Amino acid sequence: MEPVIAIRGLSKRYAGGHQALSDVDLDIARGEIFALLGPNGAGKTTLISIVCGIVTPTTGTVSADGFDIGRQYRQARSRIGLVPQELHTDSFETVWATVTFSRGLFGCPPDPAHVEKVLKDLSLWEKRKARIMELSGGMKRRVMIAKALSHEPEILFLDEPTAGVDVELRRDMWALVRRLRDSGVTIILTTHYIEEAEEMADRVGVISKGRLIVVDEKTALMKKLGRKTLTLNLAEPMRALPAALSDWALTLKADGNELEYEFDANAERTGVPSLLRRMSDEGIAFKDLHTRQSSLEDIFVSLVHSGEGA
Amino acid sequence: MSVPAFNRFGVWAIYRFEMARALRTLWQSVVTPVITTSLYFVVFGGAIGSRMHDVGGVPYGAFIVPGLIMLSLFTQSLFNASFGIFFPKFTGTIYEVLSAPVSPFEIVMGYVGAAATKSVILGLIILATAALFVPMTILHPLWMAAFLVLIALAFSLFGFIIGIWGKNFEQIQFIPMLIVTPLTFLGGAFYSTDMLPQPWRTVTLFNPVVYLVSGFRWSFYGKGDVAVGVSLAATVGFLALCLVAIAWIFRTGYRLKT
Repeated sequence: MEPVIAIRGLSKRYAGGHQALSDVDLDIARGEIFALLGPNGAGKTTLISIVCGIVTPTTGTVSADGFDIGRQYRQARSRIGLVPQELHTDSFETVWATVTFSRGLFGCPPDPAHVEKVLKDLSLWEKRKARIMELSGGMKRRVMIAKALSHEPEILFLDEPTAGVDVELRRDMWALVRRLRDSGVTIILTTHYIEEAEEMADRVGVISKGRLIVVDEKTALMKKLGRKTLTLNLAEPMRALPAALSDWALTLKADGNELEYEFDANAERTGVPSLLRRMSDEGIAFKDLHTRQSSLEDIFVSLVHSGEGA
Repeated sequence: MSVPAFNRFGVWAIYRFEMARALRTLWQSVVTPVITTSLYFVVFGGAIGSRMHDVGGVPYGAFIVPGLIMLSLFTQSLFNASFGIFFPKFTGTIYEVLSAPVSPFEIVMGYVGAAATKSVILGLIILATAALFVPMTILHPLWMAAFLVLIALAFSLFGFIIGIWGKNFEQIQFIPMLIVTPLTFLGGAFYSTDMLPQPWRTVTLFNPVVYLVSGFRWSFYGKGDVAVGVSLAATVGFLALCLVAIAWIFRTGYRLKT
């Protein structure tokens, strides 16, 4: 199936010489939730800004729903909604006026019923006559989303959508994003909250220093790159690792009270049974054991750090 | 999804937004210039004008009316248009305009159209205010309206350029306050260039404002410092120059896109 967003050889070098993006290729499938992860300054916002027409690319092409963002910008942009990271709002405008303005700006005829639906979906209906300056930060964030949804976009970019919002609002937004996806909207979100990507994304892309270093299904990524950690609570504390256990990459922790062993859960031989046998042979007893699957955050940190080392 | 070749809803959204902004600041937008103009009439028309001779057969109080309207038209067009585009840049809301399916021409239509509309309305209000102070005639009302609209458009385009060029509020105010206002005072707003001795009469012809004020005054009294055709050409030329500059701004993304 043709991707709804197709990015080819995209690079951006700012006038000051900073290389924000380097040769990025990326396809976004229709109807998916794609999370773009990366540390500050990795190029996430530049990538989104280029697709939305705010930043001019140095090289490369981008198409949205088959329309080139440069030559066919009207068709491309009319399909895209953007919720920027910063709360850029017209403080003196009312909620209703600013959302209506956005709908008109994107070439749509007035449709009070749609604006009403969007405001109600975002719990903004009661505030429709309020000036934006009177709203809380969380409410302003909802207004930004309402503006982006006012023209019924097929593709929605959310740049750090839950930055600085409380837990309850974050959960509300996650629910909203799922509803939008269920209605057929493609969602591309950037986030610092790995939990957010883990919770919602179908696919994940990790960007570091302007390069897209990995793109994969979230579950596949966690399976492929995810590692497990076995922690053994020792019956007697250990001062140093015995030579008999040197075949395993073990770490002594908690003042010698814990042995930690990290292993690839997908490997044919994890090394766990043999480790336990060897410990039994050596008379090393343990009181308890537990395992932990590495989170998307662990994977992200590991990927970014390995990218930095490259 | 069909996308029209002309985004009329987008133009209307920008235009209406800008007009609504003027209504929110009705006091600054209309009342302040009207009071200022009335004070000019009290000082120049009443106190000083009563001691002045007619200028080319026109009583001095009536003579300064076109110049006063031009003074307000220049500054208000510049301020309205420059703040119209500078404010979204300043607050960051420009992202929405840049990411919308609106062409540069449509963006200019929305912002400059609104700024010019406000200035023309203001010019007409000042004209009505002036009529309360001095008796006057308008020999060529259609030309008067044409000059009013063309000059409002040209200076609104110029203001739009200033709004994009300016990085802060000081820069936005720099050109209207320190360049345009002095040029207007020295451009025959309150006198005829015939009243100047040489070489100043020749020097003043290098001031582009002379041609704009002269054309507008001709539409009132049938007399100007320069031929009306020259005034019209200067007005249209200035307008075209601003359009070329704006076309370049959008083509290069100058201070709009990084």
